[in-house]
Amino acid sequence: MYIHIPFCSRRCDYCAFATWDDRGELISSYMAALKSQTRSHVAGWEEDRVTSVFVGGGTPSLVPARDLAEVISLLPLAPGAEVSVECNPDDVTVESMRILAGAGVERISLGVQSMVDHVLVGLGRSHTPENVASAVAAVRAAGIERLNLDLIYGGAGETPADWNETLVRALALEPSHVSAYALTVEAGTPLASDPARHPDDDDQADKYVMADEMLTGAGLANYEVSNWARPGEQCRHNLLYWVQGEYLGLGCAAHSHIDGRRFWSVRTPERFIAAVTEGGELEAGSETLDEEARELERLQLALRLATGVPAETVPVEVRHLVDVEGGRAVLTREGRLMANEVAVRLVPRSGGTS
Amino acid sequence: MDLDRIRNFSIIAHIDHGKSTLSDRILETTGAVTSRQMRAQFLDSMDLERERGITIKAQNVRVPWKGHTLHLIDTPGHVDFGYEVSRSLAACEGVVLLVDAAQGIEAQTLANCYLALENDLEIVAVLNKIDLPAAQPELYASEIENVLGIPAEDVLRISAKTGEGVDQLLDAIVERIPAPVGDAGEPLRALIFDSHFDQYRGVISSVRVMDGTLRAGEKIRFMHADVTHEAEEVGVRAPEPTPVPELGPGEVGYLVAGIKDVAEAKSGDTVTTVAHPADQPLTGYQEPKPMVFCGLYPVDGDEYPELRESLEKLKLNDASITFEPETSGALGFGFRCGFLGLLHMEIVRERLEREFGLSLIATAPSVSYKVGTTAGETVEVHNPSELPDPAEIDHIEEPLLRINILTPSNYTGTVMELCQQRRGVMEKMEYLSPERLELTYVIPLAEVVTDFFDQLKSRTQGYASLDYEPAGYETSKLVKVDILLNGQPVDAFGMIVHRDKAYDYGRRMTEKLRELIPRQLFDVPIQAAIGGRIIARETVRAKRKDVLAKCYGGDITRKRKLLERQKQGKKRMKAIGRVEVPQEAFVSALRLDD
Repeated sequence: MYIHIPFCSRRCDYCAFATWDDRGELISSYMAALKSQTRSHVAGWEEDRVTSVFVGGGTPSLVPARDLAEVISLLPLAPGAEVSVECNPDDVTVESMRILAGAGVERISLGVQSMVDHVLVGLGRSHTPENVASAVAAVRAAGIERLNLDLIYGGAGETPADWNETLVRALALEPSHVSAYALTVEAGTPLASDPARHPDDDDQADKYVMADEMLTGAGLANYEVSNWARPGEQCRHNLLYWVQGEYLGLGCAAHSHIDGRRFWSVRTPERFIAAVTEGGELEAGSETLDEEARELERLQLALRLATGVPAETVPVEVRHLVDVEGGRAVLTREGRLMANEVAVRLVPRSGGTS
Repeated sequence: MDLDRIRNFSIIAHIDHGKSTLSDRILETTGAVTSRQMRAQFLDSMDLERERGITIKAQNVRVPWKGHTLHLIDTPGHVDFGYEVSRSLAACEGVVLLVDAAQGIEAQTLANCYLALENDLEIVAVLNKIDLPAAQPELYASEIENVLGIPAEDVLRISAKTGEGVDQLLDAIVERIPAPVGDAGEPLRALIFDSHFDQYRGVISSVRVMDGTLRAGEKIRFMHADVTHEAEEVGVRAPEPTPVPELGPGEVGYLVAGIKDVAEAKSGDTVTTVAHPADQPLTGYQEPKPMVFCGLYPVDGDEYPELRESLEKLKLNDASITFEPETSGALGFGFRCGFLGLLHMEIVRERLEREFGLSLIATAPSVSYKVGTTAGETVEVHNPSELPDPAEIDHIEEPLLRINILTPSNYTGTVMELCQQRRGVMEKMEYLSPERLELTYVIPLAEVVTDFFDQLKSRTQGYASLDYEPAGYETSKLVKVDILLNGQPVDAFGMIVHRDKAYDYGRRMTEKLRELIPRQLFDVPIQAAIGGRIIARETVRAKRKDVLAKCYGGDITRKRKLLERQKQGKKRMKAIGRVEVPQEAFVSALRLDD
């Protein structure tokens, strides 16, 4: 289950996702609509149906914790279900974390991005490295053990030493999970129109190698291109995406995948609120792939995982980017950096599943 | 028609000196066209001509003036069409030399004036644009006197724009230009000085009758082409085409004879009758000979048949274009085309793109080399990839040009420097006036076809002008530079250059390609080589990162579409060995202007 919260106090200039920093007045009606949508969906569901929940955004921590907790409480959670909430370090308090924990939240993902002041300023973030440490303390004080730190590398002015410092200081906080994303230039963002700040591929490749060495060395194994975790601490919701699993998205601009059909809801919170309260169309689009396309998609997604794909689907010209063992081809570190080049060359086995 | 009452003349002028405006004014002043019918640049019928303000195909028009019949024969306005100019002049007894009173005479105008003098034509010199504040009629009249020996006081001053002095010019044409001579009793000899293809009527030729009479309905023979046709229609342009029963000696008009291909009615050919044929054709006929060659390839390989068809259609109207199929490993199927010169090449290419909607890649222009082999044979090569193996080459001869440059004297240094850089050898340097001089160089054609004219213009702020004529062949130290991508030669980038310039070409091309070729899965060496010897090398480093960082909110659809697009992009690439090169890289690398 994915729940989208489309609000931010300030929009990061590299972000192209469905989120707004000028619609705070909509928060209460949005949350009301979200509750109503959730209720109508779960009505009639058997107990234990929901195995993972991810509340993302936007900035979920911007809405009152009590509102979020109420939405989550509506869900028929399976025992041991994973429930994650994305938070901005600025918003995290022991009190808000306790409220969330009370509703079943057992994993927090903090948008840290960097642990170096000038890099944070360059990314347009408002928090400081010190906020991060106190946020982590608050999460733990509320009894939430599972902790992810989101990091971004390749921001303007970030030296390899800066990135090293970010990794060292992040690891010092002993997270169970780290996501390290290459800063990506998305069309239509302020970053896109400022080529001087565009990241350099080689610099990002170097930083990826640094991250992989340091995180692996600290006991967090890479399990997906941009994700590392201690044993057993992988994000189950994140894995769902890459194993072509099923999920339901709630809220605006949320994507779902159910019974081989992918569909997504209207993009803006206004349209979402209107659709829920006036009974209009929530779905903005959908697609159903044929067998062949679905098989290729499955391989392309699986390629990103440490479990890899059947070796024979990887053609010879990109074989140097994978390790083959037990009939499976798994991207090497260099291969993960070139995952697209391998993905577009994958050859699905005709007919069979793998 | 009474020969004494006929005057045949051309206007010789540099681009922008006002020839079209003067032609329009003459049509109006003589009443041949009412101002209501008038459209600007009446005689320039091709869109491209009107746009570029130049005349590509010769036209002619008949106008009445005070009891006389004047034939204005419009000449092509560019040096590439020198032969066509000479045929137009052969149809005249005099020329109007039209010079901008603010700029003075230009190189090509001067060259055409010399041509007129060699043909014993009377020159009526005219300074145009005297209404301009910047006009210096005194200065330029004396320059004309210095250069051509025409007394300054005989130089007319007009403004084609306002019409001032145009009456006097028409009077001067009647007074100074001699009437044609010819004998109606002799067998017919009529000079073709232009032909173009009309999709409804076939070839329409402009003709000047020298002797005898050209009658509609008669069987006629084109003496050089050695073909016989019937004169379906004979007429004059006044300026609308008007059929007449016959054209007598001294008269100028048009001829329609059901011809489907301009190659059968080329400029310079002589028309006679089958019944009473002339013994000898008129003198001065030449076969058009292409000087500049380039490969033309469709950007979309599927458009190859359309390209062939379009070239065939253009050739119907322009016998000087040559083309033959050519295959390039890099560019696919295309044609090696020959042109009279650079402008001609540019015009043909532009017409193919504009009128036929094709998108083309042109290789670097090349010239025609004569390669002497060790076996004692001579091979003509106009595509670098046809050059024999270096071991079989004894020597290579390259075509030369004699170029005349007229330039304001303060640019002399920079012009000389340019000519020297391009391996020019100075023959002559002569002052036309204290402010302007004429430089004559013998220079390899290959050095002129690559942006020489642009360089000359930019070095002289556009003031210098250029004229040229072929000046034979000369043995030269030429080598072929190959460009190799991952060890494989790319034919489209191979180039024959002088040995001293090989390094420079190799370095520039490899650097350019390093910028243009996207990073691949492996390091791609880009090398320039002469034979087996590498003279320059660059490397496109292997790509290290190509991965989508994350998936926002479960949006797998977007991710899959990005990959699909990337896959599609690969299909549009051209594979040179294992290297994938985007089409745009070829286009940019072959662009000369940097």
